[in-house]
Amino acid sequence: MLLKQISVFVENRRGAVRDITSALLEAGVNIRAISIADTAEFGIVRLIVDKRKDALNALRNNNMTVIESDVVALAVDDTPGALHAALTALSDSDIMVEYSYGFVSPINGGATIILKCDDQEKALGCLTAKGFTLLTADDIKF
Amino acid sequence: MSYHYYNEAAETMPREDLRRLQGERLCTMVKRVYENVPMYRARFDDIGLRPEDIRSIDDITKLPFTYKQDLRDNYPFGLFAVPMEEVVRVHASSGTTGKQTVVGYTANDMKLWGEVMARTLGAGGVTRADIGHISYGYGLFTGGLGGGLGSETIGCATIPASTGNTRRQVTIMQDFKPTFLLATPSYALTIAEFMDQNGISVNDLSLKAGFFGAEPWTENMRREIERRLNLKAYDIYGLSEVIGPGVAYECECQNGLHVNEDHFFLEIIDPETGEQVPDGTEGEIVFTCMTKEALPIIRYRTRDVGMRMKGECECGRTFVRMIKPAGRTDDMLIIRGVNVFPSQIESVLMEMEGIAPFFQMIVEREGNLDKLTVLVELTEETFTDEVRKLEAISRKVTDAIHSVLGIAAKVRLVEPKSIERFEGKAKRVIDKRTQVNF
Ligand SMILES: [Zn+2]
Repeated sequence: MLLKQISVFVENRRGAVRDITSALLEAGVNIRAISIADTAEFGIVRLIVDKRKDALNALRNNNMTVIESDVVALAVDDTPGALHAALTALSDSDIMVEYSYGFVSPINGGATIILKCDDQEKALGCLTAKGFTLLTADDIKF
Repeated sequence: MSYHYYNEAAETMPREDLRRLQGERLCTMVKRVYENVPMYRARFDDIGLRPEDIRSIDDITKLPFTYKQDLRDNYPFGLFAVPMEEVVRVHASSGTTGKQTVVGYTANDMKLWGEVMARTLGAGGVTRADIGHISYGYGLFTGGLGGGLGSETIGCATIPASTGNTRRQVTIMQDFKPTFLLATPSYALTIAEFMDQNGISVNDLSLKAGFFGAEPWTENMRREIERRLNLKAYDIYGLSEVIGPGVAYECECQNGLHVNEDHFFLEIIDPETGEQVPDGTEGEIVFTCMTKEALPIIRYRTRDVGMRMKGECECGRTFVRMIKPAGRTDDMLIIRGVNVFPSQIESVLMEMEGIAPFFQMIVEREGNLDKLTVLVELTEETFTDEVRKLEAISRKVTDAIHSVLGIAAKVRLVEPKSIERFEGKAKRVIDKRTQVNF
């Protein structure tokens, strides 16, 4: 199962990310994970949240450019080499990771790694076949 | 002080003789356009004006105006007053909706252009012993070929350097030793900048005069160019619809631009009422070409703002002096010598999927060069989670703007509704340059 992530377009300006967190706060949305990709000109703020629909509405109501996209959420043990094993599996299957970020999940006490691969479905199949634990929206609702 | 002329007899003609000549030329021209240009014939008929109603230059106010839109409506050759076999040259300048403004010249028009441009250079002391370096663009733009024509008409060795490759241009200036330069004022400063950075002394050059135009510049810039390139900097004025460079020129007094009044009649009007305003009053510059054959334009509304100066010039020229335009009556911008209309950017964006029609142009002067930044609002249809794709979008817009305008712009994607709206429309232009003269 792939997980839905929310991406928000932001200009490089003071307070841009704060505008996002402020909109989400008002909507009572909890941010599970956040990552910011920045270039010289603009940034993309990527979010994993508990209440996705509320978050989308809140952001759009604040005139923000928002889209949803699918990412792989991989649960890994908090031990050396755990992420390495997953990335080796993907690399062996010739799958490229475009970006990644992580957070500690209270569910299993382990880490959750968000992965965006060039071929998401293939990544999903590869990781499932190798016995890795993948998380769904339900897993991060808590 | 003794002043220089290319055609002293014409340039210092007594006002009375000049007025009589203007009247005769206007009458002949009006008859010719009535017979040969359907648009003018229809306009005259509409207001019940017959060519024989025009008997002196004072009757010019009876004639209808010509607007830029008329050139677009009659694109490309509809306003030409001669058959195409008489036309020997065509130029075009960027227009608003992608359509160019096209102008044409007969062999006689080319002679006329050479003459008025030669007067322009001659007023700055250029003679056939001089060597001219032309850094205006050669091509559809009138600057390069028109400037070069004047230089050749005087009999100068002429270097058609055109634009770009500053290193090569400076090498040419060191080796060929041109004595005068034609360029946009910002390019003149780019040359100075390059020389500074590369340790080239101004003493390695032989320039004594420079003729600068096609973009706004200030008295400060003039002084800076004069100091850094060690030459006397003259302002020139022209527009392709009238003839190109050579419409008006500064003399050695550098106090207002003399209009080549025996060929181009200058009126300053109130843009609201269309009435002429008194000398010394600002208004819209209106030109009538009294002698051009291919495109004898009548009372052309330039949308440039300027005034006719009062009084006579010390140089002895009787041609009226025009004060350099202080602004524009519409939102056209001149960026690095190129005419840019916000609507051109608009049409570029309209053709691109998923881009909001909201944009803003920011013009700044960085160092000595105009810099254009275009802010474009991003929509959800265009937004993607991938940085690479977003960068590709902004590159695509940059390329499209470059191909339409012919100048490089920096494109910045911005958040929706972030561009300031004015009565529901985005404020399209922010010009941060010291707004001044043309
Ligand atoms: Zn003078």
